[in-house]
Amino acid sequence: MFVPCEGGGPDLQGFTLLMPAVSVGNVGQLAIDLVISTLRMTKIGYFYTDCLVPMVGNNPYATSNENSVELSINAEVYSLPSKKLVVLQIRSPFIKNKYRPFCQALLSWVESSKCARVILLSSSHAYQRDDEQLLGTPLRYLLTPALEKAVGGHMQELKWKEMEKIAAYPGINDAEKVLHIPGGGITKLLFTESCSKGIQMAVLLKFCSEGDNIPDAFALVNYLNEWLQLIKSKGSHSTDISPEQEIPDTASQWKIPSSWRLLFGNGLPPALF
Amino acid sequence: MRGALRGRGRGRAAMATFFGEVVAAPSRAGVDDDEEEAAGEALEETPEDREIRRRVEEKREVAVRWALPAGEAAPGVAPEPLPCSRFVVAVGHNAAAFLSSFILDSTCWEVVGAVKLWNEWCRTSNTTNVLPTDSFCLFYRLISDPTVLLCQCSCYVAEDQQFQWLEKVFGHIRKEGLQVTILSTCPVADYKTQESTLTLPSPFLKALKTKEFKEQVCCPLLEQPNIVRDLPAAVLSYCQVWQIPAVLYQCYTDVIKLDTVTIEAFKPLLSSETLKNLVKDVSESTKSLKKLLTTNENHNNIYI
Repeated sequence: MFVPCEGGGPDLQGFTLLMPAVSVGNVGQLAIDLVISTLRMTKIGYFYTDCLVPMVGNNPYATSNENSVELSINAEVYSLPSKKLVVLQIRSPFIKNKYRPFCQALLSWVESSKCARVILLSSSHAYQRDDEQLLGTPLRYLLTPALEKAVGGHMQELKWKEMEKIAAYPGINDAEKVLHIPGGGITKLLFTESCSKGIQMAVLLKFCSEGDNIPDAFALVNYLNEWLQLIKSKGSHSTDISPEQEIPDTASQWKIPSSWRLLFGNGLPPALF
Repeated sequence: MRGALRGRGRGRAAMATFFGEVVAAPSRAGVDDDEEEAAGEALEETPEDREIRRRVEEKREVAVRWALPAGEAAPGVAPEPLPCSRFVVAVGHNAAAFLSSFILDSTCWEVVGAVKLWNEWCRTSNTTNVLPTDSFCLFYRLISDPTVLLCQCSCYVAEDQQFQWLEKVFGHIRKEGLQVTILSTCPVADYKTQESTLTLPSPFLKALKTKEFKEQVCCPLLEQPNIVRDLPAAVLSYCQVWQIPAVLYQCYTDVIKLDTVTIEAFKPLLSSETLKNLVKDVSESTKSLKKLLTTNENHNNIYI
């Protein structure tokens, strides 16, 4: 459930909710970190739930000694009213058997707070791509029918690629197609639930593998930026250029949070040499 | 049989090494691909699967038993929440032993509650007369000031039980005027720092506090990108969300078992507002620590 930091809680009617799926490479979560850190979003509350592994730490977006001592927990909500944007960041994995209860709690909050739409940032195992998916852009999108009407055309203009469905029974019956997002965590469940509830949801995902996923996070957040225009990109606005060919300068526009230090371990013991 | 009997595995990504072999690598995202299928299959669970799942959940349920004061509510009626001004929670053997050595004794404190739980790592002891190396979770109240509560939790509370523990324990405590102190330990190898952890003088203390906590902390705050997990994190998160002043003292140590050096690393807390009036006689503490040492030694001695 959503618990505000103070007072009765902000009015989120008409806002866009941006959130990550806990998925391969944690790409969605890293991308969300970039959004919160760059836009200097304010924390407005917590998503208090028994579905995520508990964790606490000091402010991951600290920029000075003063703001470094604010406590952060595993699921927090930030907002930027000027862009009618509200962001949920999830910082720990799901507890077993809690996917469905979390989806229900989340979607019920989306409905009660009257958010206009939800954008889910996610990722999928790169090794499970088929021959066609190996070529071209590794970025994909999905829209629920409710949102298709509103922005489907814009996606066409951006020349984005929709996530392909795969055969339910490959080799036996290629006619029946299903949505399959391996490594996507709750992505598929949230998406299908949103479809059936008539919620406006978009999924933006990137094919990737575990490793140093910072470049994947940048790719995903730039993809998002093509649509939402959260920051001005230095690269060309021409839609003829695919995300991979974009001028790298855009990467430096996003601010890496201080918590991304030491992602691959501590310093080396001097006795090693 | 699917569903409840499925093992807890991390998501498996296959990757090819330079030699061409395919290696199963666990996913950092903790995504269990089976979970995705299970979520869809949950609707297709057989009654048998459902029954197994229900029995496993029942076995893993956290039961909290509170001692009812004489003359109070009849059985079957929910007991009144306990008024509480200070709640000190010690998680893990060393933190629990710190309280045993420096604070607790049988004359000033009485047992008012116990947690009974089971998971793959431990089963709580059935008695209140526990050894420092046992797995237990007991609640004590200061006889001279019944609003002071202490908890020693040396059993491991699994991630699917932490929320239950929280709700059942804090559900029985009044939140007005409450302040919480949590003591915990973890391996120094988990501490993220620019230098190598081998050169760090361990054990050492680091603190995290909620927004409402205004008192002085007894050690430096835990720097990013370090985080705290498990029950201590669950308790501190609860306090942050529900605006309860709370502080967590995490002791980073290179000894996993019961160890007097680690226990003594918590000593700066004895001068804190919360604990300074509860400290035992120095001679008593020394006796308790010594006793701890001998109990520990007996368990660890396999050679004559």
